[in-house]
Amino acid sequence: MTTLPADTILSVRDLRTWFTTKRFTAKAVDGVTFDLKRGETLAVVGESGSGKSVTSLSIMGLVSKPGGIAGGEILFRDRKERVHDLAQLTPKGFRAMRGREIAMIFQEPMTSLNPLYTVGDQIGEMISLHEPVSRQEARKRALEMLKHVEIPDAENRLDDYPHQMSGGMRQRVMIAMALACNPSLLIADEPTTALDVTIQAQILDLLRRLQKQFGMSILFVTHNLGVVAEIAHEVVVMYAGRVVEQAPVNDLFARQKHPYTKGLLACTPHAKRDITEAGVRKALYSITGSVPPITDLPPGCAFAPRCDLAVEACRAVPPALMEAGAGRLSRCLRSNEL
Amino acid sequence: MTLQTALENEDTTAPLISIEGLTKRFAGRGGRTVHAVEDVSFAIRRGTTVGLVGESGSGKTTAGRAILRLIEPTAGKAVFDGIDLFTLPERQMRAYRQRLQIIFQDPFSSLNPRMRIDAIVGEALDARGFPRGEKRRARVAELLTLVGLSPDHARRYPHEFSGGQRQRIGIARALAVEPDFIVADEPVSALDVSVQAQVLNLLSDLQQRLGLTMLFISHDLSVVEYLCDEVVVMYLGRVMERGPARQVYADPRHPYTRALLATAPVPDPTAKRVHVPLAGDIPSPLDPPSGCVFRTRCPHAIEACAKAVPPTETVGDNHAVACIRHRELAAA
Repeated sequence: MTTLPADTILSVRDLRTWFTTKRFTAKAVDGVTFDLKRGETLAVVGESGSGKSVTSLSIMGLVSKPGGIAGGEILFRDRKERVHDLAQLTPKGFRAMRGREIAMIFQEPMTSLNPLYTVGDQIGEMISLHEPVSRQEARKRALEMLKHVEIPDAENRLDDYPHQMSGGMRQRVMIAMALACNPSLLIADEPTTALDVTIQAQILDLLRRLQKQFGMSILFVTHNLGVVAEIAHEVVVMYAGRVVEQAPVNDLFARQKHPYTKGLLACTPHAKRDITEAGVRKALYSITGSVPPITDLPPGCAFAPRCDLAVEACRAVPPALMEAGAGRLSRCLRSNEL
Repeated sequence: MTLQTALENEDTTAPLISIEGLTKRFAGRGGRTVHAVEDVSFAIRRGTTVGLVGESGSGKTTAGRAILRLIEPTAGKAVFDGIDLFTLPERQMRAYRQRLQIIFQDPFSSLNPRMRIDAIVGEALDARGFPRGEKRRARVAELLTLVGLSPDHARRYPHEFSGGQRQRIGIARALAVEPDFIVADEPVSALDVSVQAQVLNLLSDLQQRLGLTMLFISHDLSVVEYLCDEVVVMYLGRVMERGPARQVYADPRHPYTRALLATAPVPDPTAKRVHVPLAGDIPSPLDPPSGCVFRTRCPHAIEACAKAVPPTETVGDNHAVACIRHRELAAA
């Protein structure tokens, strides 16, 4: 049996998730490696097309044709300390795993909630699917969950339909449903992106508190570096299907070891930095061009065409993910100059 | 006074457009009324940018569209260059439309996929009676260059462009008629972060080069702080606070503005977090709370807040706030 360090709950190793058609192969995820420690939050950051969502879908076994896992391992430790390779799991095996061991919340709760059933029924169904409980017991547990996610007046909201709730409340219901069977891993794919800032703050606050209470590990997928700073312990930055940088959150924000991460942080407007004392606006740092299509990547470093630091060697072969200081990695030949 | 100084005076002080008591109500289901925008007033000086911020349901987009009469306002005035746009008959309004332009959020749905770029940008020129032929081609090329595209792009279709490039095309189209006033409705929200900065730099550059007057609608507080001279904070259809951006961000007076600024995530893990974010959700505009619309979520609400809509009080140079407790809160 494959081994996993005792403090690690999830280890993604050289994961490749490709979408193959007659005309092309899109390597949406191409050699992604990272570890998630028990009870921690790992943020996977990237822009559209970076492969961050396909990574999370691969872990959940939700990649559909023509996509599929072309290689690599997804080692997961269940609550009985058994280690599974999710990349090899059968659909039947996944059904036992999803909900009970691993749960997922998405950006738009309305797409994952059934509009025809009350929220109480949906949370209850989740529980009775995995545990031998009576209808009454399931309902009682559903109510408990609604209270855990701080839905005001939970007794009366139990029989509400999703459309009767606001976006923030629906996301709370999603979280209640995800955590109903006390999974050890929660995958959160842009869970606050569709929400307003004041609601986003509530949901992040809730996730932090529930993590303390239930001890689940969180894989948090987002494009928002502000959110990363609020929630993550460890950060993985993805670009064009690959990890370009990985570091503990404080280290990453203090100093970036990949020009892409550096650029991402520099190009978000920040008045203190971008407006002078006299009130004069300075031009924002901007990364030229846009993310290349995954089917048409340059031969060397995928970021080289947009990179200020790119040299001949960068364009020749794709650089490897290398150590760049204690506990951090970078896929850049010039990382030590940063 | 020489003509020059007279012009300078006008440039810096006179508002180009002044919105007074703008109200937009929609008929809701069951004979109920949606109070989308209620009694909104602010002015935009020539050559400046005002940011209209608020969460979804705050009425910011509705306000922007009502000002341009893309939807008909229910009440109020929009005095543009001395004329109230809201009283103009549609025929006369058409003549004004060229001077008023809009840039939309979604660069994918706002460009006709069957039209080439030269036709999209040129359409606006046609409306203005710009002659066809070489001169028109030259003008399209000039506009594309202005927004950082190449004149060669003129013969391509929208699907051949990335999101950021499409937004540039949208901007070129808006600028084609040399408008005096532009409403930019969340122009960078649909773009990836790395592309946002390019478009913000373009807008900032155009502001300076062309002296554009702009209403910039956004939910992103850091973008507004960077790009706007003044800011108007809306909540549930009403203005909570308005003032010079630097002043409002440095010294927010309304509890809602304070909450918004405190909860916006900052890319700094060592920054202090607010541990008590604003509770609850924005109420329905079908049934807004009596008195101050923010009171149901306000940590400082008292009984008096439910009694009457708080008057807008001046707290500084051009800085105004609609909260009956702003003085005690500032002192606390």
